[in-house]
Amino acid sequence: MTALLLVALGGAVGAPLRYLADRFVQARHDSVFPWGTFAVNATGSLLLGLLAGLAPPGWAAALLGTGLLGTLTTYSTFGYETVRLAREGGWFLAYANVMGSLSAGLGAAYVGLAVAQALTG
Amino acid sequence: MSHPPEVPEGPPPEPVDPDVDLHVAGQRRELRDAPWAVLGAISLGGAIGAGARHALALAVPDPPGGFAWSTFTVNVTGCLLIGALMVLVTDVWPDRRLLRPFVGVGILGGYTTFATHIVDAQSMLAAGNAATALGYLGATLACGLTAVAAGAALTARLAGLLRGRRTT
Repeated sequence: MTALLLVALGGAVGAPLRYLADRFVQARHDSVFPWGTFAVNATGSLLLGLLAGLAPPGWAAALLGTGLLGTLTTYSTFGYETVRLAREGGWFLAYANVMGSLSAGLGAAYVGLAVAQALTG
Repeated sequence: MSHPPEVPEGPPPEPVDPDVDLHVAGQRRELRDAPWAVLGAISLGGAIGAGARHALALAVPDPPGGFAWSTFTVNVTGCLLIGALMVLVTDVWPDRRLLRPFVGVGILGGYTTFATHIVDAQSMLAAGNAATALGYLGATLACGLTAVAAGAALTARLAGLLRGRRTT
C-alpha cells in the first residue's frame, strides 16, 4: 500500500516533468523529429541505470524508479511518434527514431550503471 | 534528403508528438492559457498510470533476468490506447482541452515506460540471456507499433460508423 502511494507520488511528478521537458526541447529545437521524447527517454534510462546500480532500498526504488523515472519516460509516446513518422516523414525517420532511441537508452543505462559502480566502489 | 511531408487537404495533420506538439497552436498556448489545469491533469493522470503499472507488476511479477511480461504488457496495451486516444482527441472531441493532457500525457505516459524496458533488457543481458533481451526489445517494438496502428484504425472506423449513423 505504501509502495503504491510512493509510486503514484513519483508518477505525479514524473508526468508533468516529461511534458515540461518536452516543451523545453521543442521550443529550442524546431524539427519534425521528436527530440523532446528522445531526450526524456535517454535521460530517464541513464538515471534508472544509475539507480539500479546503487541497489536502493524498497521505498526509493518505488518512488524514484517505478514512479518518477518509469513515468518520466514513455513507450506510448515513442510508439505513436514512430508510426506517425513512418506515415508523414518516411521510413528512414521512423527507423532512425527506433534505432536511435533504443541504442541511446541502452548506452545511457550502461553509463548510469558504470557511474553507480564507480560511486559504490 | 528525406521527402517533404505531403500536405493533406482538409483537416490539419495529427501532431507527431502526442504529448505536446508546439506546431499545433492550441497546444503551444495551453500552458499559458490554463497552466494549473493542464499541469494538474497531467500530474493526476501520471499518478493513476504509474499506480496501474505498479499494480500489474505486483500481480504478474517479472522473473529476474527473464522476459519482463508485465512491462511488455503495459507498453503494448498503452500503445493500443494512445492510437485510439489520438483519433478521439483529433477527430471526435477536438474541443475537450484536458483530454490529451490527462489521458495521453498523464495516464498513458505514466502507465507505459521506456526506461524500465531498457533496464529490463540490461538485466537480461547481465544474466547471460542475450537472445531473450533482443527478443524482448524486438517483441515490444513490433507489438507496440502494430498496436498503435490497430488502435487508431479501429477507433477511426468506429468513429466513422457512428458519424455516418448520426447524419443519416
